[in-house]
Amino acid sequence: MNDDILARPDNPIPHLDGNVAAGVLMELFGTDISSALGRCENCAAVRVLADTVVYVDAPGLVIRCRSCSAVLMRVVECPDRYWVDLSGLSNLQIEKPAPTG
Amino acid sequence: MWRVADVVSTQTETATARTLGLRIHGLMSSVAGQHVDIRLTAADGYTAVRSYSIGRSGSGDMIEVTVDELPDGEVSPYLVENVQVGDQLEVRGPVGGWFVWREENPRPVQLIAGGSGVVPLMAMIRAHEESASTSAFHLLYSVRSPETMIYRDELAERAASSSKLAVEYVYTRAVPEGWDRSPKRLDETTLLEHILPASDAPDVFVCGQTIFVETVADWLVAAGYETSTIRTERYGGTGGTS
Amino acid sequence: MGLISSGFGGRRRDDNPALPPGQYETDGFPVLTAGPAPDIETDQWEFFIATETGQRHRWSWDEFMALPQDDVTTDIHCVTSWSKFGTSWRGVSLDTLFDEVETAFEFTMAHSYGGYTTNVPLEDLLGGKAWLAWEFDGEPLERAHGGPARLLVPHLYFWKSAKWVRGLQMLSDDEPGFWESNGYHMYGDPWREERYS
Repeated sequence: MNDDILARPDNPIPHLDGNVAAGVLMELFGTDISSALGRCENCAAVRVLADTVVYVDAPGLVIRCRSCSAVLMRVVECPDRYWVDLSGLSNLQIEKPAPTG
Repeated sequence: MWRVADVVSTQTETATARTLGLRIHGLMSSVAGQHVDIRLTAADGYTAVRSYSIGRSGSGDMIEVTVDELPDGEVSPYLVENVQVGDQLEVRGPVGGWFVWREENPRPVQLIAGGSGVVPLMAMIRAHEESASTSAFHLLYSVRSPETMIYRDELAERAASSSKLAVEYVYTRAVPEGWDRSPKRLDETTLLEHILPASDAPDVFVCGQTIFVETVADWLVAAGYETSTIRTERYGGTGGTS
Repeated sequence: MGLISSGFGGRRRDDNPALPPGQYETDGFPVLTAGPAPDIETDQWEFFIATETGQRHRWSWDEFMALPQDDVTTDIHCVTSWSKFGTSWRGVSLDTLFDEVETAFEFTMAHSYGGYTTNVPLEDLLGGKAWLAWEFDGEPLERAHGGPARLLVPHLYFWKSAKWVRGLQMLSDDEPGFWESNGYHMYGDPWREERYS
């Protein structure tokens, strides 16, 4: 903990970044996509998913574009299913793992 | 994707931080900078999941996570105060393949840690020291006081004995005995004085609370460090609800 | 069910009958948010109710403050499982705001500064069940908690109490808002544990 550079009390900053979503995204995509490039449907910015603005303190996970704040993805984990909204991403580029052997 | 991990060791780091050695069933290897998600389940089915950085990575099924207890935390107090050797935990990952350092990276590296943000950067330092890499590693560690510093002795020993690691400290509330400066919040001038210059084109890794990371990243960009060379990992005060 | 962590969750156990099923009491007031907190000054703020005829009723902050105010003490229940008892608020009853409004529609969509939406049937906003709240615990509502004003609908899960609310749109049918369109229940009664769709 280092609260010596802190948000002002009247301006809390509850967001994190795409690193914290890596585990949930691995459940959905079967692989770690934090290095994947995502294109924002709203503003066309292309950034790695690790560099998104992520809100984890909500009824679900909300991933937003760092350039324009539009919602890229929403993930809600229910007891029996995940609800995933990807409509804020116009595409994803996911690198294949390097060939082995 | 949840796997069982055995707690094989525990080590107190500070008054609030503890390192847990975990053997994750089925894990082949981990990379410096990654983290794991840890899930706790209560007897009534209530679950809580939080992410913790790996402080020591490597080949094989062993990792170490260093957990700093948050005063109103849900999971961290349990990991720091309750968990014992022989217990089992549910773990997802390691994940987080963007905020990593690998031996093949030839660039000099500047690490900037705010408080407990030092954990994944320590994993990078340890991996670097154990590898054949000769790139220069610099750590700037901003911390409240000597007592709250994690890995204090090891950092001092490594910095003293390694020709490829330099460590600088910024104490913001209380300084060690004999320190030639008073405590001071990290500011733009102090930051730029204590890190590799932009002209070295280092890969920069910044980790700590959100406001620390974003303030430091803004200063770096303003000072001419290329945004593509800066990687960040933010820690939050309340963790997640997933 | 996952591997049980012995000793975890002990402090959360509660057999309080005032707790809806699956809830735990909290002393704090966790901040849950899906996005950045909008920064709305009261001199820019406006609340609207828009009806099916195109009529748009509006209140400026001063007009809102001039309306009869209620002091409300109530329990609140968040779908993420925490409940808080005896929270105190000050605000204007939706009955007061709807007094001037003519509509045949029975559903509403609440819209917030920043883009959040949530749907609430009109009858759940009337009859002394809902407020436009601007004060919490005797202090102006903090920005992180939805200030300058939020919807307060305590008989439903708290995601229905839209923070930074800016107005209500009347709807002919119930339509899902931000969370309702992504896995959460359309209505959200904590006593019937209506969390998910």
